[in-house]
Amino acid sequence: MQRNKINYLSHIGKYFIMLGQVFKRPQRGRVFKEALFREIDELGIKSLGIIMFISFFIGGVIALQTALNIENPFIPRYLIGFATKRSVILEFAPTFCSIILAGKVGSYITSSIGTMRVTEQIDALEVMGINSLNHLVLPKVLATVFFYPFVIVLAMFLGILGGWVAGVTSGIFSYIDYLQGVQLDFDPFLVTYAIIKTLVFAFLIATVPSYHGYYVKGGSIAVGKASTQSVVWTIILIVIANYFLTQMLLT
Amino acid sequence: MIEVKNLHKGFGDVKVLKGITTSFEPGKTSLIIGQSGSGKTVFLKSLIGLHTPEEGTISFDGRINTKFTIEEKRQWRQEIGMVFQGSALFDSQTVEENVMFPLKMFKKQSDEEMLERVNFVLKRVNLENSNAKFPAELSGGMQKRVAIARAIVMNPKYLFCDEPNSGLDPNTAILIDDLIQEITDEYKITTVINTHDMNSVMQIGEKIVFLKDGIKAWEGSNQEIFKTDNEAVVNFVYSSELFKKVRLAYLNETK
Repeated sequence: MQRNKINYLSHIGKYFIMLGQVFKRPQRGRVFKEALFREIDELGIKSLGIIMFISFFIGGVIALQTALNIENPFIPRYLIGFATKRSVILEFAPTFCSIILAGKVGSYITSSIGTMRVTEQIDALEVMGINSLNHLVLPKVLATVFFYPFVIVLAMFLGILGGWVAGVTSGIFSYIDYLQGVQLDFDPFLVTYAIIKTLVFAFLIATVPSYHGYYVKGGSIAVGKASTQSVVWTIILIVIANYFLTQMLLT
Repeated sequence: MIEVKNLHKGFGDVKVLKGITTSFEPGKTSLIIGQSGSGKTVFLKSLIGLHTPEEGTISFDGRINTKFTIEEKRQWRQEIGMVFQGSALFDSQTVEENVMFPLKMFKKQSDEEMLERVNFVLKRVNLENSNAKFPAELSGGMQKRVAIARAIVMNPKYLFCDEPNSGLDPNTAILIDDLIQEITDEYKITTVINTHDMNSVMQIGEKIVFLKDGIKAWEGSNQEIFKTDNEAVVNFVYSSELFKKVRLAYLNETK
């Protein structure tokens, strides 16, 4: 038990020391810019498809579930649109999309950096005199932190659109009621809240898997284990951060 | 010249290097040999600064590497070329990008100048027309040659190679040995190679350092290694019947 506590503390310490090395001025701006655009493509653009697909259908499911569970005639039907909008903006888009991204992007980051570690590519960078953490991790952090808010806003739009399409195609609820609900009591701060959460989650999605990959020891099995661990820890940290951010920003 | 004095390095309770003192001269190919676990890799990684010595010093032309300022250390790093055991080429980059990478990071040159230099070193390692290929598309020997090209693209003063022949067929291994020897002679580089390959020992070992259990058990040239009566060296180098016969023939010839 005592040893576990020390182990966790040592990981936390190492993680923050890693961040200290990551947030340094890049050694060569041109190389950094190339790496940044490559990471935006790899971590951002290539994640758009899955996020768009899931957002659209989950939005539809939320709207259908809400409609099917409202039996009381005194509850207005526009509540379906209102509930879908709130669920998508507050939780589904920022939190659940981030969890999906933690699985997709997190495992990619850990396995790519981990493979570089076990094949001595990171040693090669160090021997050349390159700050390997800054070179490998900073572009990933900036790519996720700048790009994921756009991904999440797109997920919000598609989730709400998915609910509307579900109403139109199924005929279970009127799309006019749905749109009325969507427009009702719109609070722009909730979008700000979602984006603030996304920024924190994006930071975790880039740095926690990078930590697991960078400090991996062993061979391909160790890289595989580190990928799994990194996804689990990223999700755990996202859930914990979600709780505290919600408490801080909404209460 | 690289001078190592009383080098100690350990990990926790395990002492890997126990006071090694030796030197490596410029324009010469020096080989570090020894059984697995003798401390060769830790020694090489200490030389290139990936491990910090617990005790002792390593000096490069009189400059002690643990006493460098940040600027001196950056300068020194650019004087080092390293060929890793598995080549350590960047998977996501082509051959050209791999070799150009150190230039992009440290030289203020135009794209044309960098490309010219890259093509020059690729030609030097006999790897023309492979610029657009990725490491996964190359054979082991070609990967080693790209790694050598990347190591020499910055005109290093010191070249380090960790098992450059591992996993290569005998012919390719000899080609790699010859290439390293030629480059060392041509550019007067101080070259240090970690190896298990006894062909390399016989062929290019101008200086050989034999490590055993973290200490320097013997040192000499590839001529002297035939004559030595150091039991540990004889048992290690002449463990195969073929090399025993070669040694006997050499000794009989030179009697």
